[in-house]
Amino acid sequence: MIENAVYSPVLVITLAALATYASRLLGAFLSGRLTTASPIVDWITCVTYALLAGLVVRMIWMPIGTLAQTPDWWRFAAAASGLIVFMISRKNVGLGVLAGSLVLMGLSWSA
Amino acid sequence: MLVMGASFVGFGSMLHALNWSVWEALYSSLSTWALPGQIAMADMAYSGAPLMAIVLSVAFINARLLPLAASLLPHIRQPGVQEWKYYTVSMLVAATSWVGTMRRLPDLAPDQRLSYLTGYGLLLYGSSLIATVIGFYLSGQVPQHITLALVFLNPLYFMLLFLFDLHNRSKVMALVFGAILGPMLFLIAPDWSLIITGLAGGTAAWALGQTKWGKKGLNRD
Repeated sequence: MIENAVYSPVLVITLAALATYASRLLGAFLSGRLTTASPIVDWITCVTYALLAGLVVRMIWMPIGTLAQTPDWWRFAAAASGLIVFMISRKNVGLGVLAGSLVLMGLSWSA
Repeated sequence: MLVMGASFVGFGSMLHALNWSVWEALYSSLSTWALPGQIAMADMAYSGAPLMAIVLSVAFINARLLPLAASLLPHIRQPGVQEWKYYTVSMLVAATSWVGTMRRLPDLAPDQRLSYLTGYGLLLYGSSLIATVIGFYLSGQVPQHITLALVFLNPLYFMLLFLFDLHNRSKVMALVFGAILGPMLFLIAPDWSLIITGLAGGTAAWALGQTKWGKKGLNRD
């Protein structure tokens, strides 16, 4: 049920799974032979961080699906509340996520 | 574990919101079991990104499992165990199972370690599958307000997770570059925006991290 794509969900899920298992397999193969503090591992970490940061900001700012029907400021307010609770709770991720989600729920409830 | 369960609930809800079937949601968690990659996959597939861009992005996102597996598995290696068992149990390596087992394994007797990792991993793995299905059906049953909150769980979760540890300058730069490039490139070249964001932003951040400024007074991790 993918809107614009020409490939089937099962195909894309399978390929994503294989791309994921490849890392686990290679990790198992290299286990004991690779030091985790190598520049290559640092580089992979940086690429992952940049990629996911880009995805997260886009998912909050320009979401797809159900979230796309909400006004921008709801999502910004929810993310900001989550961030504030996270900071005042001494970096409690669970509380931050809970607070942010509740704010989004509250905003859509009162609309 | 609670947070991990919640994020698979969020993934199930997300796939429901994007009109995938419950089987596709379950199949993804069952076969991939690495949430950030699954979310990127669903998001990109929905917007019709090329298969190659999706596979590359997922491969990079989940490449973090490589060092995790490589550092965890030496603890369970012992003579007499067939090699395929390590490759099979590597499926159970994830950030959560790594954190949970890495501390305990050295205290256990060597012949108990493989069983410990298998049990611990299967518990998390099984819970994630159940959470995915719960999230999917929950999303169809509850009012729209709650669905919104469920779908919003993961973007929030990843955002805060990244802000948790800001001691490493190259990681911080990677986050900043990614946060700027991601939306910008999405407007220019949506299909390939994520992989370009990752490679360009990540490589630039990594290169800065190799300089004197990047290494100054900081731990490697």
